[in-house]
Amino acid sequence: MGELRLMKGNEVIAEAAIRCGCDAYFGYPITPQSEVMETLMALRPWEGSGMVVLQAESEIASIHMVYGAAGSGKRVMTSSSSPGISLMAEGISYMAGAELPCVIVNVQRGGPGLGTIQPSQADYNQATKGGGHGDYSLLVLAPASVQEMHDFVVLGFELAFKYRNPVMILADGVVGQMMEKVELIDQRPRWTNEQIAEISGSWAATGKTANRKKHIITSLEMDSSIMEANNLRLQAKYAQMSKEDVRYETIECEDAEYIIVAFGSAARICQKTVQIARSKGVKVGLIRPITLLPFPEKIIAEYATKVKGFLCVEFNAGQMVNDIRLAVNGKTKVEYFGRMGGIVPNPNEVEAALEQKLIGG
Amino acid sequence: MPELAQKIRDIIKPENIVYAKSPLMNDDVMHYCPGCSHGVVHRLIGEVIEEMGIQDQTIGVSPVGCAVFAYKYIDIDWHEAAHGRAPAVATGIKRVMPEKYVFSYQGDGDLAAIGTAETFHAVNRGENIVMIFINNAIYGMTGGQMAPTTLVGQVTSTTPYGRNVDLNGYPLRITELLAQLPGAAYVTRQSVQNAAAVRKTKKAIRKAFEIQAMKKGTAFVEVVSTCSSGWKLSPVDSNKWMEENMFPQYPLGDLKDGTRADANDYSIKG
Ligand SMILES: Cc1ncc(C[n+]2csc(CCOP(=O)(O)OP(=O)(O)O)c2C)c(N)n1
Repeated sequence: MGELRLMKGNEVIAEAAIRCGCDAYFGYPITPQSEVMETLMALRPWEGSGMVVLQAESEIASIHMVYGAAGSGKRVMTSSSSPGISLMAEGISYMAGAELPCVIVNVQRGGPGLGTIQPSQADYNQATKGGGHGDYSLLVLAPASVQEMHDFVVLGFELAFKYRNPVMILADGVVGQMMEKVELIDQRPRWTNEQIAEISGSWAATGKTANRKKHIITSLEMDSSIMEANNLRLQAKYAQMSKEDVRYETIECEDAEYIIVAFGSAARICQKTVQIARSKGVKVGLIRPITLLPFPEKIIAEYATKVKGFLCVEFNAGQMVNDIRLAVNGKTKVEYFGRMGGIVPNPNEVEAALEQKLIGG
Repeated sequence: MPELAQKIRDIIKPENIVYAKSPLMNDDVMHYCPGCSHGVVHRLIGEVIEEMGIQDQTIGVSPVGCAVFAYKYIDIDWHEAAHGRAPAVATGIKRVMPEKYVFSYQGDGDLAAIGTAETFHAVNRGENIVMIFINNAIYGMTGGQMAPTTLVGQVTSTTPYGRNVDLNGYPLRITELLAQLPGAAYVTRQSVQNAAAVRKTKKAIRKAFEIQAMKKGTAFVEVVSTCSSGWKLSPVDSNKWMEENMFPQYPLGDLKDGTRADANDYSIKG
């Protein structure tokens, strides 16, 4: 059993980064995630594990520092909240194009624009459908607990290096700010230069030695046929993600007549809704996508032939619901319920929506 | 292209060679226009890296601009940055590999327009990197639009009647501004229009890399450059135009020669 602590989601991001042997963090303050860098600065990991922590002049600079540092084959990350992630879109696209691993945490707040500092899930489309330019995909993990904030930093780096692709942890203000019990991994050392050479020696730009060709970290290619081949290689990688790394949780779905689909903190709320509904004799289950990209479409398609309908619950105007509709492909009813602007619905509100939109309707 | 490559190869005969090519310069045919300064500066960087024996410890950061393909020509590891972000990329590289040599290479649009914030803050942090700045007073790559360093009255494709201060503001002497920043150790402005100038610029680049080795702060080398295609002048006339018009606005010489500021001069007292 690892060390147990009561911690805030944002603090745990910092603690997990240090403990998993992350090499560098670059960031810029923004509510509701400023505790990530504050915690890192207070813990001074450069004196312990040797991790670099730097406050950049903007999120644009942060992500391009991540881009540069990741080119060394080291484990590098950043965190921000919605408006800051918009500024990072350029760098994220470059990193996906240059096939560099990194972990990006988005503790979402309400938008559009400066919006609100209250929690939201309105960046679902930005995270899963693009955000930056070009045909690229991230691997997007949606934590629903402080424990998952911790675990997904560790998992995020594993997946980022498995695919040489940026991984986004799409959290929200609720999981960022709430405190829960968390089991921490023991401190792991940062990778040695020898380990880095073994893992990333075929591509990392660490200085050209006599025994190899120069390494160039770039997304640029002027020859269209090579550029198309590069794109096809990326697409093959994304297809592999869909095959090997779809993650989700099902709760009381076996006998369910209705299924709620929700991610992150919305799923925590809906878990309670399932209990309330079941206490009233309505058989409701919950599917919680853990990877939003690749999206768990197969399990939803499977249940589409078994249930009377799905209710998608999200803190936005209805974004994931479109992915559910694609997976369901007309086989059953799909409804949406959500709140916006930083309002977090309560379980009874969701239950009422279920009654009104699916069961009664 | 293959015919051109062959023609160039035909010229490269022992009897024609007056200056040996650094083994660090790859054999690719450069895409630069005749008269362009970029190629000369590339060569100088290659020579300095070779002479210092740091090929295996150096990472170059190429910009978006005509030098976007710099990575093709010098035989070292490279990292291609987004437009203007080279100082941030170089910061990231240097921070995780402080024992390596890291340099950025940028044009005036890249360094002094879209990337101004990244430029200022990298220098203000005193990042131990070398920054090479090619100031040709125009956007070469995109076809000759106005740059922040375009001179007043200078015709470009977006200032077809000449740069007008009421509309476009003033030429930006960013190097003078950077020299004010406490993180800057060495700031100099050079050129490469003749052999003497080339030798001086090489010395400056060498010095910049040595300052990096000593971790003294940011070493910044501006090279006032020509863009024959953008200026629509012959290479010879470009040099003349540069000397007559650019040098008065961008005077050559060292602007700062030392180490970054003492933190005590900037600390709170209580
Ligand atoms: C975000 C973004 N905006 C615009 C461009 C288009 N662009 C490419 S190079 C360039 C200007 C380059 O000029 P400069 O930095 O002076 O370098 P030069 O080509 O003159 O060497 C521009 C505007 C781009 N690639 N990316």
